[in-house]
Amino acid sequence: MRPPALSRWPALAFFAAMAAAGPLMDSFWQSLLTLVFFYAYMGLSWNLMMSAGLLSLGHALFLGVGAYATAVLIAAAGLDPWLSLAAGAFLAAMVGSALTWLGARFSVRGVHFALLTIAFAELFRVLFDNWELVGGTGGFFLKAINPETNRPLATLRGGTLFFYLAFLSATAGAYFIIGRLMASRWGYRWRGLHADEDAARALGVPALQSKVLVVAISAGLAGVGGGLFGLMQGSLFPDSVMGVRVSIDILIAPIIGGLGSLFGPIIGAFFVVPLMEFSNVLAQRIGFFGLNTLINGMLILAVITFLPDGLWPRLIALARFRSSARCSK
Amino acid sequence: MTSLYHNVISGGILIGVIYALIALGLTIIFGVMRLVNFAHGEMVVIGMYAGYALWSATGLPPWTLAPVAALLLFAMGYLLQKAIINAFIDRPQHAQFILFIALALIITGLHLLFFGPDPRPIQIAESMQSYAIGSIRLDVVRTQAALMAIGLIGLLMLFLKYSTLGASIRAAADNLIGAQVIGIRVRRVYAVTAGIGMACAGAAGALIAPLFDAQPFLATDFTLIAFIIVIVGGLGSLMGALVGGVMIGVAEALAALTVSPALKTVFSYALLVLVLLLRPNGIFGEPERS
Amino acid sequence: MLKVSGLSKRFRGLVAVKDVSFDIKRNEIVALIGPNGAGKTTCFNLIAGALKPSSGSVFLDGEDITGRAPERIAVRGLVRTFQIVRPMRGMTVLENVMMGAFAQTSDVAVAADIAAKAISRIGLSAKANDLASSLTLPDLKMLELARALAASPRVLLLDEVMAGLRPAERERIASIVRELHAGGMTVLLIEHVMRVVMALAGRVIVLHHGEKLAEGTPAEIGANPKVIESYLGTKTKLA
Repeated sequence: MRPPALSRWPALAFFAAMAAAGPLMDSFWQSLLTLVFFYAYMGLSWNLMMSAGLLSLGHALFLGVGAYATAVLIAAAGLDPWLSLAAGAFLAAMVGSALTWLGARFSVRGVHFALLTIAFAELFRVLFDNWELVGGTGGFFLKAINPETNRPLATLRGGTLFFYLAFLSATAGAYFIIGRLMASRWGYRWRGLHADEDAARALGVPALQSKVLVVAISAGLAGVGGGLFGLMQGSLFPDSVMGVRVSIDILIAPIIGGLGSLFGPIIGAFFVVPLMEFSNVLAQRIGFFGLNTLINGMLILAVITFLPDGLWPRLIALARFRSSARCSK
Repeated sequence: MTSLYHNVISGGILIGVIYALIALGLTIIFGVMRLVNFAHGEMVVIGMYAGYALWSATGLPPWTLAPVAALLLFAMGYLLQKAIINAFIDRPQHAQFILFIALALIITGLHLLFFGPDPRPIQIAESMQSYAIGSIRLDVVRTQAALMAIGLIGLLMLFLKYSTLGASIRAAADNLIGAQVIGIRVRRVYAVTAGIGMACAGAAGALIAPLFDAQPFLATDFTLIAFIIVIVGGLGSLMGALVGGVMIGVAEALAALTVSPALKTVFSYALLVLVLLLRPNGIFGEPERS
Repeated sequence: MLKVSGLSKRFRGLVAVKDVSFDIKRNEIVALIGPNGAGKTTCFNLIAGALKPSSGSVFLDGEDITGRAPERIAVRGLVRTFQIVRPMRGMTVLENVMMGAFAQTSDVAVAADIAAKAISRIGLSAKANDLASSLTLPDLKMLELARALAASPRVLLLDEVMAGLRPAERERIASIVRELHAGGMTVLLIEHVMRVVMALAGRVIVLHHGEKLAEGTPAEIGANPKVIESYLGTKTKLA
């Protein structure tokens, strides 16, 4: 990832403004933007792994593990929600570490590694489909909350505003944490491994350690996202939190927004999510089932063909061009 | 009891041959262009709908319609490659992946628009019949489909081995720069390769249409099965796709019988993980890592 | 300092390196020469950990580093450059050299400082903030060297660092190597450019068909009939 074009203060201002705007929006916008920040957050997590050259086509695995772990610990074991969320993140990080360790230990690279991520995700999904404890294909359900007596910060569940702020904070947190990481020695090492693994190792970059670390963090973050997502939905199905569709949905926003940058996944989510929701609604209104899928596909094709680096770099270039044009007058 | 196993295994072999045809298409595309066609399953489904549509219109048995579907998808693949995919050959892996995802979405969207989400069954007289060979009973529809698949695979092998274009394709797969140096028009070879790859998928789809009802969401399963076969057999290896296809067909049939239908996919994915870790070049690939 | 014993590498039927042994003493400059395909780069790969030996051992300053991962060997002080340059394309010159510096420190600012010093030593300071992908081949070779230096090696393995450079650039690298040598560095270099080899190296090792053919001072090697034949013999075949 290149160093962030948006320096710390504008980014902070952006997040603060979004937080302040939250209570002022009606629930439709809150819901929509919650989804936007969910995908922005997941996109940031996915993008982190990608910065080390590790293409994750099964990222929903980490989301699903976090979601199920959190939900099951809260509902079945009665554990404190915050602890459950942490446990979910930890388990997701462990799964990610194991996957990466195996991959590095057996020198699985390139397209084979990407396929390994799919294989693991599908393996887990089918196992969860057949696991009674989590409800299998029938699903796992959280008890409904009582809006009168519920204290959101204790139960980690609440109304639309609560989850809006939750995912917004998660996105902001991830943005700054990942920013610090990328600016540290680890960030350089990951970028070096991505650029040329053999050259990096010849200079002392510990490949196995670095890869396991980046995936552990990426998966852990995804696990938190999954935990919150599950709490928001109230019901979990292996296909809806771990399926191939979910993995693909996760990576569309960062690639369209621009994966070489920190703000790219966020911009990507702002662009992709409303458009997809809009096309879904349109398809249902007109009654043309499948129109939304078609539109989504064409949109992605258009962006990937004409804007290979994504939206964010193009926007920045435009802004710089405009401001330099203004200065030269 | 053994005759049950014999029936299940023969059924698995038959379906495995059709899987092999699907995998062949995928492995050719990867072997020549190093492209991972994540929309391959969608191509199979196009073939299924083509088979269904042609059967509805003409009443001809689906296994005869496979060549038509093949031609249709050859043209589609050729044009798609020339118009869009060729531009992505030199782009990074994630960009290529997203390209195929986009194509998959577009195809699925079109399927939903034209055919709707409901499964389209093909019911013909032979659907319930079976041949008896000794103590083994073979599904008529499956057998016809498998025989046609073998015929198409044979044709493909002959083409690759004995025609000039086939030689160019094999040359490009072996050594791309060398092929360019001796003057092979690589873009055209790519287009033909994509055409052939997708034709395999389409033909297999038409053959499979009477066995699984055509519907848009089967695509992902086909893509994944094709990948499992191709990795296990060896990316770019024709023999690998053949043997792998039959292997997976039999393995899944046996797993469904002995363990449980739901867990048969676990077996396939576990096998995929093992192969990716221990022998990533597949059974027919080189043992050494490059 | 660097002791290689009975080093061999087999690739499914092809023996690339066969029973090669040599001893590089501290603060020597040794050249590894031989016709194309003699196994020189393979030797480097075996020593630096990019390949696992089929048999034999490699000792660095008394420590057994045989078959270790390349990164673990690099942090023990043995750093190699690549015959075909491997710059990290999306990163700047400074960032590239910092990759080497991170072998010495975990602090980003300190690494940038070390990198800047290495860059100025080889004379690329003007381009420090340019993307590596924009550099010419001579500059890329300099980058490769600066990156290795930033890792503060005790033993430096240079793989055909002179290839493709003009005489002035070769002289620049040669003088840097001499400076490093004066500062106590041990250098093992693979080279085809004979003039450089003979001028720089204190000792020469000759490989042919994966085996050690001869070893001695530049003068001795230059006069060795077997060595001459190994080079000329190849030429005769081509003619």
